[in-house]
Amino acid sequence: MTTLQATRPDPTVHLSAQDIENLGAELDAMRAEIIASRGERDAAYIRKVIDGQRKLELSSRAVLLFSLFPPAWIVGTVGLSISKIVENMEIGHNVMHGQWDWMRDNKIHSTTWEWDNASPSDMWKHSHNEVHHTYTNVLGKDHDLGYGIMRVDEDQPWMPFYLAQPLWNFINACLFQYGIAAYDLEIGKYLKGRADKERFRHNGKQVLAKIRRHMARDYVLHPLLSGPSAVSTLTANLTANLVRNLWTHSVIMCGHFPEGVQTFEKQSIEGETRGQWYLRQMLGSANISGSPLLHFMSGNLSFQIEHHLFPDLPSNRYAEIAPQVQELFERYGLTYVSGSLPKQVASAWKKVFTLSLPNDFANKAKATVSVTSITRAVFGNSTPSAQAA
Amino acid sequence: MTTTAPRLTAVGALRERVIKLAELATTPLVPADYLDIIDPLRSGAELRGRIVAIHPETRDAATLVIKPGRAWRTHTPGQYVRIGVDVNGIRQWRAYSLTSHTHRRDGYITITVKAIPDGTVSNHLVHHATVGTIVQLDQAAGEFTLGTQTPRKILFITAGSGITPVMGMLRNIVDENLDVVLVHSAPTAEDVIFAAELRQLHAEGRIRLVEKHTDTDGILDVGHLGDILDDLTERQTWACGPAGLLSALEQRFIDDGIADRLHTERFRPTVIATGDGGPVTFTKTGTVVENDGAQPLLDSGEAAGVLMPSGCRMGICFGCVAPLRQGAVRDLRTGEVTTATDGDNIQIQTCVSAAAGACDIDL
Repeated sequence: MTTLQATRPDPTVHLSAQDIENLGAELDAMRAEIIASRGERDAAYIRKVIDGQRKLELSSRAVLLFSLFPPAWIVGTVGLSISKIVENMEIGHNVMHGQWDWMRDNKIHSTTWEWDNASPSDMWKHSHNEVHHTYTNVLGKDHDLGYGIMRVDEDQPWMPFYLAQPLWNFINACLFQYGIAAYDLEIGKYLKGRADKERFRHNGKQVLAKIRRHMARDYVLHPLLSGPSAVSTLTANLTANLVRNLWTHSVIMCGHFPEGVQTFEKQSIEGETRGQWYLRQMLGSANISGSPLLHFMSGNLSFQIEHHLFPDLPSNRYAEIAPQVQELFERYGLTYVSGSLPKQVASAWKKVFTLSLPNDFANKAKATVSVTSITRAVFGNSTPSAQAA
Repeated sequence: MTTTAPRLTAVGALRERVIKLAELATTPLVPADYLDIIDPLRSGAELRGRIVAIHPETRDAATLVIKPGRAWRTHTPGQYVRIGVDVNGIRQWRAYSLTSHTHRRDGYITITVKAIPDGTVSNHLVHHATVGTIVQLDQAAGEFTLGTQTPRKILFITAGSGITPVMGMLRNIVDENLDVVLVHSAPTAEDVIFAAELRQLHAEGRIRLVEKHTDTDGILDVGHLGDILDDLTERQTWACGPAGLLSALEQRFIDDGIADRLHTERFRPTVIATGDGGPVTFTKTGTVVENDGAQPLLDSGEAAGVLMPSGCRMGICFGCVAPLRQGAVRDLRTGEVTTATDGDNIQIQTCVSAAAGACDIDL
């Protein structure tokens, strides 16, 4: 029998194989219940979101035609930033997960969707849906663990390159959409000569073509349409893209990097059962607590745990099942990692900083730098408390 | 012509450039995605319609009046239209006979739907559809029409909702001198769809209506059609109704040696043969499902979340065809097996085909 092994003190040590299978059965039942109740209400939800996002985008871009006037610049930029975030997170990410495929609407389907992001949907679906969601937090398998440019787990070997990883992470945050595209292209693998050159060239062309179109749209065509407001429209679009990049990067960092999230050895997933897979998703993800607005703006990725358990269930259902999932964690004696956005962002950044050093240095640094002190330094004295339900 | 041609080209080129720019402005979407928010029925949009009225016909049938989008071309009486409706959030495509005048002044079209037991779409349309709803449409299609030369003597044999394409024809017949007999079966007098209109036509002498109320009269005996009319062989016959009725009619017309005078329309496929079944691979999505050899591939694919094109679900409209890349499928209506080897890409109708072994469908 293969048991699931986390790399630090095993948080599942109290669970028998039968417990894990029971856990799997309970989650399967939860899943079946949602699938059976999917219907008109859900369809109306996603249609309303798409409709609202498109109207917001249109009106924001219309306002930006007069971006020379500072109020228009502000209103238009805020609107466009929100529109881009919603388009990427609540719509794009979730549609491409196949969360809405059951509607059989060819306009809202994972096989036909394309998003406002440098990474073409086909490439993203492969590296995200297939690789990341299958091998979640498995060292050496799930490249989302540090995206290949950072060390975010003690068990990842240290290299001098990681000394500058706070800088890498900051640059990645600013240019996040291009970072994702480069990551989906597997540039790292190509540079090491381990990638199929033909395929890389083909994919690279696609990425460049998409980037060219998007740049022409945001930095040439819409500014030109704005006439005298050309320059300010350009800066507005640039700002909206930057805001979207920083926001999505922060939310996504909170999914798997914060303190308390487990990672797994390659051999631990050999012969993994359905129950064990569920268990790995539960331990390998972290939630963000907050208001409905925060959940919406994060594309419901604030329910990262629920999303990882059921990646293809409609995102509007995650909030509904979260209490049930949390109760399940409690019953099986597992830690439901969750915290406010500032707390989780600080926790993830802390890892980026401390793990830029080799482990023994990092341990010493950890003793002096606590999450709370970083949070206080960055967000003021709001004293978020550790929240492990 | 020579003077206008260059100007047209210049306008065309300009138009093309504007479209290109609009596409760039809206990438990764297309301009239509935004225009659809404003007017889903505009010209140039994908064909859709809006339900503008719903009239109950009987306790389980209703007529839906639909305002089609600008792209709608007209139809020939007797034809059907494929309609895509969202039922409980899921897009479902079905085909229904058009029952409207081809040249209504308001340009609206009508379909008449009878709710069948357990019918997902028919029950929704009859009992739950609401005015204002947008539906997806296809252009009218179908061969069940009177043809270019309407014969002088016509016999219609219909049962249940089989009256709908015939009503589409009757409403559009302008020649008052035609000799039309309609033999219609329904369980009771109350179940006759378009009863008032049909009886009115009969009273006016436009048609001769023979109603058969099967709950009391028993079902129509095709062998005794001669009791109803004595000039069967002189007429062109159009029949629409349950499979049993149509099969009996076909046999009778063959026996009489006048099979070419019978035109039929089926609403559901007659399943003749089921096969062995096997694993079905949808190659584009990578989905693999087990098909039992009796269930249409369309249903298997839909159940597995594959975006399957679909239409009449009875093998007539070809809205569901997809390439069979390799493997074997069986036509549920005939039992005929179609096989393909890699690269053949044989187009098959998924709504009437089941697996006859392992097969790859290019969807």
